[in-house]
Parts: sequence; structure tokens; C-alpha cells
Amino acid sequence: MSQQPIELILARQFADSMNMAAFLVDPQGNLLFYNEAAEDILGIRFAETGAMAVNEWSSMFTPTDVEGNPLPPEGLPLVETLGTHKPAHGTFYINNKKEKHVLISVTSIPIEGRPDRYLGAMALFWKSPGL
Amino acid sequence: MKITVWGCRGSLPSPGPEKNKYGGNTSCVQVEYNDTCIILDGGSGIQRLGANLGSNYKEVHILLTHLHIDHTMGLGFFLPLYNPNINVHLWGPSTTVEPLIHRLRRYFSPPLFPVRLSELPKHPEIHELNNSKIEIGEITIESSYICHPGPTLAYRLSTKDASFAYMPDHEVTLGSANFPNEPDWTSGYSIAKDVDLLLHDSQYRTEEYAQRIGWGHSSIEDTVAFAKMCRVKKLELFHHDPLHTDDQLDEIIREFKSNQEVDVDFELCAEDRVYHL
Repeated sequence: MSQQPIELILARQFADSMNMAAFLVDPQGNLLFYNEAAEDILGIRFAETGAMAVNEWSSMFTPTDVEGNPLPPEGLPLVETLGTHKPAHGTFYINNKKEKHVLISVTSIPIEGRPDRYLGAMALFWKSPGL
Repeated sequence: MKITVWGCRGSLPSPGPEKNKYGGNTSCVQVEYNDTCIILDGGSGIQRLGANLGSNYKEVHILLTHLHIDHTMGLGFFLPLYNPNINVHLWGPSTTVEPLIHRLRRYFSPPLFPVRLSELPKHPEIHELNNSKIEIGEITIESSYICHPGPTLAYRLSTKDASFAYMPDHEVTLGSANFPNEPDWTSGYSIAKDVDLLLHDSQYRTEEYAQRIGWGHSSIEDTVAFAKMCRVKKLELFHHDPLHTDDQLDEIIREFKSNQEVDVDFELCAEDRVYHL
């Protein structure tokens, strides 16, 4: 068993202690953790999903844009951040696991450790008021 | 691998008759293996080490875990730095912006110290580390950032025969959501896993730690749990609080052992102790 970098350990603890939804992935986009607030929005507990690859989590909530068109994985802010290592932001619908159609806004940031190690990304998200 | 402790006190040198047993010098540990001499941290203990090094080595490597003053305050008094026949290498953690040499120059300059790095007869070679793996002589050294304020590295030194981990300043529970049950989410695990000897921060009693969360140090209880999780063969409790006398340290350990079953081989580290691995 290998240990996660300290930056990801602290990021997970930070996410775990927050009241706003947070979603943490490694540099390949593998899901590492999401917190209770994210569980509430996504409609499924982290303990039920466990680790997932980017192609799984980016499609399991069937994201669509505000006009109802399907969003490909690369249209999601977090996937964009994984590719560019830059912050990204977007608003779109998901179908959560409690079969609710939810409009969410997502801001994703890269996680870079000292001195210049790219370690993954974190998305913070929240329910948006209806358009 | 021969390991000699030249200082194991935390935070501040605290000599005195009530601390003769465990010593008052701050962090400094020497590792010798064949022709290689590695020194871990430059606390006040490095002064005695330098005076006793003699002419055994022409090359010395000082690995700094971090640059807090109790880990660097002895560097200016390390005699080999004033001997042009000895190559001194200084290794330390990378930061985001400021090179290690700039940070070291703050110590080696007035008003903190009268001699500048550039005024030494032979400028030490400076090397930066992060999550790295290097070889010095026949010793493999792995470094990893761990939980402590400011950039701080832990070191794991391995030979073909033995392994040794050094983390004098480490708040092991800080980032862990479910300590000690998730090794892969515990700071320092990869460095300490299965080592023959671990020297680890244990500055506080459990009740003292509760008042000092975030200060970067561990309780004895958490350190013992960490050693058990990492399956270390021998744990030495390191970085003793400067306010704890020998009698108090002995009493703390007696009390700790009487309150719970401990299935980890551990003891309080003491200055001048030598380990052969």
C-alpha cells in the first residue's frame, strides 16, 4: 500500500471538514474522495461508489448543459482542469442517484505541491438557483 | 549502519542537571555506513559531532528536515565547515518560490550569525529535495513532505541490510480522517513502513497535544500508534519537550505504559545513544 502525497491527504481532510461539496481526484482523474455535502447533491454516499476512473464518474450522473444537450466528459470543469492544470468553472445539470434533476455550478482547481508537482484536482460545487 | 544521537531535545536547547539523562541538545543524528557520513539536522548537537568527527571523513552530507531554528542553529558551529579539506553538502526541502540557498543565507548573515556562507573557506554544496529518492554512497535516501508547519521532509535511509526513518517534527494525526486505520492516508507512512528503527516526534502528553493541535508535533500515544501501524521494529521517542525533565519524562512513560497495553518496542531517545542496524 502506498501513501498519498501529503497535499492530497490535507486536501481530503480539508474537504471532509467543509460544509460545501468537494470532489477530489488524482492526476489521472481517479476519484479519491467526496464529502458529505457532495453526497447530498450527488445522491449517493462515497462509501457506495468507492474509487472510480474519470470515464465512470464523468458520465454516471448524465450531465447535460442548461439547454438539455448531453455534456461530454471534456465539457466538465474538473475534466478540463485535469487536462489544462488550470482552474475552470461551469454550470450544468446532473441526474443524481436519487433521480433528481439538479442544476449545479462547479469550480475546479488544480492541486500542485512544492516545488512544482502536479498532484490532482479538486472541484467545489453547489446547487444553483433555477435558470 | 551506525546511528549516533547527538541531540534529541525539541524546540530549544535546554541543558541542566535535571536533563542529563536524555540530554539538552536539539536535533542532530549521525548515520555512518562504510565510507559515508550523513548528518540529519543541524541542531545544537551538531557542534559536538563536528568536534568529534576528526579527520575520518573528507565528505559530509547534512540533510535538513526543515529550517526551524532548533534544526539549524548549530550549523555555524560545525567545525568541518571551516576546514577546506572537507566537502560539506547541505540538503533541504524545496519551497515554492525561494531557493534553499537564500533561506540558508538568512541564518548565515548578521545579525543572526557573523560569518556569511560566502566567507567560509569552502562553500558548501546546496541541494534541494522534495518527494525524492537519491543515493549517497551505499545509502538510499527517500524523502517525503510530512505534516509540520512550513516545508518539512521526513527521511528514510536504507542499506542492503537495514532501514531507518527519521521524522523529528511531525504532527501525524493532523491530516488523517481515521487515524490509525488508513495507512495510505496518513502522513509519513511510506517513509516509516517496516523500518528497523524509527526516530519520531513525541513532544507531548495526550492532554498537552489537545491544547496544541496544529503546532506540528505529536503525542506519545499517537506516535506509538503510528509505529504500530507502520510495523516498525523499534521506535525511539524523539524531540522531547524542553520543559520536561528526566524525571518527568520517565514518569510520563511509566504512566503511559500503565494505562494501556503497548505492543510496540519503544523507549525514550537519549543523547549519545548509538544503534547498530
